[in-house]
Amino acid sequence: MALFARTPVAPLEYSRTLWMRLWVGAVMVFLYAPLIVLMIFSFNDSKRNVVWRGFTTKYYEKALGNDQLVEALINSLTIAALATIVSLVLGAVAAVMLWRFRFPLKSAVDGTISLPIIVPEICLGVAFLMFFAAVNWPTDLIWPFNLGAITVAHITFCFPFVTMVVRSRLATFNREQEEAAKDLGASEWQVFRDVLIPHIKPALVAGALLSFTLSLDDFVITYFTSGPDTITFPVKVYSMVRFSVTPEVNAASTLLIILTVALTFVALKLQGVKAIAETH
Amino acid sequence: MAEQDWKANKGVFAAVSLPTLFWIILFFLVPMAIVWLYSFGENKGLTEIDISGTLDNYKRATEWLYLTIFGKSFAVAALVTLICLIIGFPVAMAITFASEKWRPWLLLGIMLPFWTNLLIRTYALMMLLGTQGFANKGLGALWEGTSWIKTLVGLQPLPTWEPVQLLFNNFAVVFGLVYVHLPFMVLPLYAALDRLDRSLIEASLDLGAGHFRTIMRIVVPLAAPGIVAGVMITLIPALGAYLTPDLMGGTDSQMIANVIERQFKKANDWPFGAALSFLLIYAMFALIAIQSMRKKVPEVR
Amino acid sequence: MTETARPIIQIQNVSKRFGKVTAVDNVTLDINAGEFFVLLGPSGCGKTTLLRMIAGFELPSEGKILIDGQDMAGIPPNKRPVNMVFQSYAVFPHMSVADNVAYGLKIAGVKGSEIKDRVAEALELVKLGGFETRMPDQMSGGQRQRVALARSLVMRPKVLLLDEPLSALDAKLRAQMQFELSDLQKKVGITFVTVTHDQDEALSMACRIGVINKGEVAQLATPSDLYEYPANRFVADFVGSVNIFEGKLTLDDPDKAAVDCPGLGKVYLNHGVTGPHGADVGIALRPEKIYLHVPGEGKAVKAAAQDAPDGYNFARGKIKGMSYLGDITLFEIELESGACLRVSRPNLSRHDQDDFTWGDKVSMHWRADSPVVLLG
Repeated sequence: MALFARTPVAPLEYSRTLWMRLWVGAVMVFLYAPLIVLMIFSFNDSKRNVVWRGFTTKYYEKALGNDQLVEALINSLTIAALATIVSLVLGAVAAVMLWRFRFPLKSAVDGTISLPIIVPEICLGVAFLMFFAAVNWPTDLIWPFNLGAITVAHITFCFPFVTMVVRSRLATFNREQEEAAKDLGASEWQVFRDVLIPHIKPALVAGALLSFTLSLDDFVITYFTSGPDTITFPVKVYSMVRFSVTPEVNAASTLLIILTVALTFVALKLQGVKAIAETH
Repeated sequence: MAEQDWKANKGVFAAVSLPTLFWIILFFLVPMAIVWLYSFGENKGLTEIDISGTLDNYKRATEWLYLTIFGKSFAVAALVTLICLIIGFPVAMAITFASEKWRPWLLLGIMLPFWTNLLIRTYALMMLLGTQGFANKGLGALWEGTSWIKTLVGLQPLPTWEPVQLLFNNFAVVFGLVYVHLPFMVLPLYAALDRLDRSLIEASLDLGAGHFRTIMRIVVPLAAPGIVAGVMITLIPALGAYLTPDLMGGTDSQMIANVIERQFKKANDWPFGAALSFLLIYAMFALIAIQSMRKKVPEVR
Repeated sequence: MTETARPIIQIQNVSKRFGKVTAVDNVTLDINAGEFFVLLGPSGCGKTTLLRMIAGFELPSEGKILIDGQDMAGIPPNKRPVNMVFQSYAVFPHMSVADNVAYGLKIAGVKGSEIKDRVAEALELVKLGGFETRMPDQMSGGQRQRVALARSLVMRPKVLLLDEPLSALDAKLRAQMQFELSDLQKKVGITFVTVTHDQDEALSMACRIGVINKGEVAQLATPSDLYEYPANRFVADFVGSVNIFEGKLTLDDPDKAAVDCPGLGKVYLNHGVTGPHGADVGIALRPEKIYLHVPGEGKAVKAAAQDAPDGYNFARGKIKGMSYLGDITLFEIELESGACLRVSRPNLSRHDQDDFTWGDKVSMHWRADSPVVLLG
C-alpha cells in the first residue's frame, strides 16, 4: 500500500484517502512511539535516561542479576499460569451452565458472574484486602503456596472473561451437531468431548491468552493482596518507577513486552487475527 | 433445541454449577459483602473495627472535598472518553474499510498495546513526557526553529526555551488515560462498524448524500450500540483509574481511586475507604442502568 | 425496441482489475433509453462489478462509462443520474418507510410539500400505499424490496440499476415480481438494468440480455435469439438445457451444411454456416427439439426428417434414465456411440409417461433447422 494512491479511490475505500492514512499513521505513532523509545533506551549506556550515550546490554545483565526482580517475574508467571488454568476450567464450566440450562435465579447468577468485569479494580482490590484480613488467610506459607491469595484474586477477575468469550462461541454452536452425535450413539460425555470441546476450542485459546495477560498485567488488585514476600513483577516495577527511573526498568520492561508480543503471535498462529479480534 | 430445564439433567447441572457458584460466592460476593459491612463501621483502636451501622462514613464522603474529587473523576473520565471517541472513530472506520490484506495487521496494531502491560505503557509515556524527554525536546526544537525564522525575517528572537512541565499535572493524567484506553474504544467501534451492511452506506451515497452526511445520518445511528459499548468500556475503567493519576498526576490530579487507596495504605481508615468504594460501585451501576435504558435500534438487513 | 434507439449508457472498453484478478475484461456495451436490460451470468462473472461501476461504487481500471452522453469519470455516486436497488435492499433500518423514501429528496433539497406528494405517489406505484409509518423490521422481505424500489424511483433517475433483485424472494413471490417489475418498467418508462444469474428471470423480463462470462460479453441479444441462436458453447450451455457435440464441418453451402460428429453421427442443417471446411465446431441441440419414437416406426421417422436436403437427422439409442417432471418427462438416452443425449417430451396426455421405460430401444429425429452450429 503506497502512501499515495496510484489508482483512483473508490467511494467506500475510506482507508485509502490521504487524511485517513495520516490519521491512522499518527495514532499508530502515538501508540507505539513511547514503547519503542522505551525499548531503545534499555540499550542506552547512561544512568539517566535522556541522552543516547552508546550501546550496552549491561542493564539487562543488571536486571537479570537483580534477585528481587527475577523473583517477582517468576512469581508473576507462576500466578498467571495457575490463574489461567483454573479460570479456563471455571469459565468454561460457567459458560456451559448458562448456555445449556434453565434454572431459578438464572439472570441473577448471570449478572453476578459478569460483575467482576464491571466492578472497578480498586474496589476489587480493597475487597480482597479486607477479605483475606477477615478470614486470617495464612501469609507464612512456603513458595508457591504463599501466592495463593493473589492467585485467588486473579482467578476471580479472569474467569468471567473466559465465560464471556466461551459463551459467545457457544452461541454459534449448531445443536444439530450434538443431536447427530447422539443419533450416532454418542453418550453425553462423548458428545461433550468430541463435539462441544472442539467447537469451543478457539474460545478457550483466546480465553487462556486473555487470562494470562490480564493476570500478568494486573497491578492494582495485586498491590492490595501482595505481602512483602509475594511481590509480583508489576508491583516491583511500580516501586522501582516510584523510586527512580533507570535503564534497568527499561530492560525489564522490554523483556516483558517481548514476552507479550511472543504470546500474541503464538495465539495468532493458533487462531488468526480475526478470531482474536472478535473476542473483544 | 431450547435450553434444558436443570431438573431434567441434575447430574450435569450440579457438575457445571457447583464450582462456579462456590467460587463466585466465596471469592467475590463474600469479599464485597465485607466491604459493604465495613462501610457502616468505625475505627476502634488501631486494628479493630466495629460495625456499628453508622452512616458517618457516607456523610463524610459527601463533604465538599470528596464531592469535588468525585466530580473531577467524572469530568476527567468523560473527557478521556470523548477524546478517545474522536480519535478512535476514524481509526475504526479505516480498519473496517481497509483491504483484506491490511485489516488484520491494523487490528493487531491496535490490539498489541492492549495486551501490553499497563504499568509499562504508563512508564514509557512518563519517559517521553519528562522534562528531559523527547516531547519536550521536540517542542524545544520547534521553539528554537520559530525563533530562528523570526531572526531571519528581522524580528526579535524568542526568549530561550524553558522545558515545560508535561508530567505531574492534569494534562498528563488525561493524556495518559487516553493513551491507555484508546484500544478499548477502537475495538468495539470496529466490531459495530464491521457488522454494518455496506450497501446501506452505498444506498445513501446512491441517493445523493455526501460522505459526511452519510456518516452522520446512517453510520452513526446504526453503529450506536457499538458507540455506546465503546463509551462504556472506556468510561468505566477511566473512572476507576488508579495507576495513571498516581504516577503521572500531580498533587491536584488525584482521582477517586487514589483517595480510596490512601484510606487503606496510608490513612488506615478502612470504613471510610469501604464507603468510598461502594459509592464508586454505585456510580458504575448508575452508568450501566442509563446505558441499558437507551432505545434499542432494530437490526435489519 | 424502437427504431430510434438512443443509448443512455455507453460502456466503452471498460476493464476492472482487483489486484491480479480481472473482474471485467474490455467490455463495450450500449444500453438503450427505455429498455429493460439484463446482465446475465454465473456468479463471479463480473456482472455485479459492471453494475457497480455504472453506479460509481467501483471505478474502472480502464475505459470509460457515459451516461446520457456524459463521461462519468470522477463523478461520485451521489452525483450520478442513476439509482440502485441493492441485493440486500439496504433499506435504512432506523427510518420509517416514508423517511426511507424521502431520504434522497430531502438531500436534493426538494420542498416539504412536494416530498410528501412524491413519496405517496412512489409508494402507491409499488403498492405500498398506507405503509408510510411502518418500520422496516415490521415488513417482509418482499415489502422491503418494494420500499427500496420506491426509494430509488422517487428520485426519477435516468437509469434504475437492480442487483439480483429477486434472489432473496421465495419461488412464488419471485414469479410474481418478475411480472410486476416488467409492468413497472413499462409504466415509468425508466431504463432498467438488472443483474441476475437466473436465466428464467432474464428471459422473462428483458428486452435485451447481455450474457457475461469471465468478465467478457459472451452474447448480446433478445431473449428468443439468445435461446434459439446461442453464439457460442458458453451461452448455449448456460441458457437453458442443451446437448452439445463436437464435430467437423464437412459441408458448407449457402443453403445447407453438414457436421460430422463422432458422438452423434452426421448432422444436417438447412442453412449455411460461414466456417472453413473441416473446422472444429460444436453442435447444440435442445432436448425439446428432438422427437422420440419406438424403433419400428422407422419409415415414419424418415418421412418426417426428409426436410434435410442431403440426408436426415436420425439417431438410435437405449433409455438409460428418465425423470418425470409433471409437464414433461426428461429422458437420458445412451446412443450407439456410447454418448448420451438428453431428450424432453411433453406429457400431452395423462398416460404419456408410460410409453417408454428404462432399457427400451428408441429412435430419434430432429428437424434440419434445430441444431445450432457453435463456432466459438
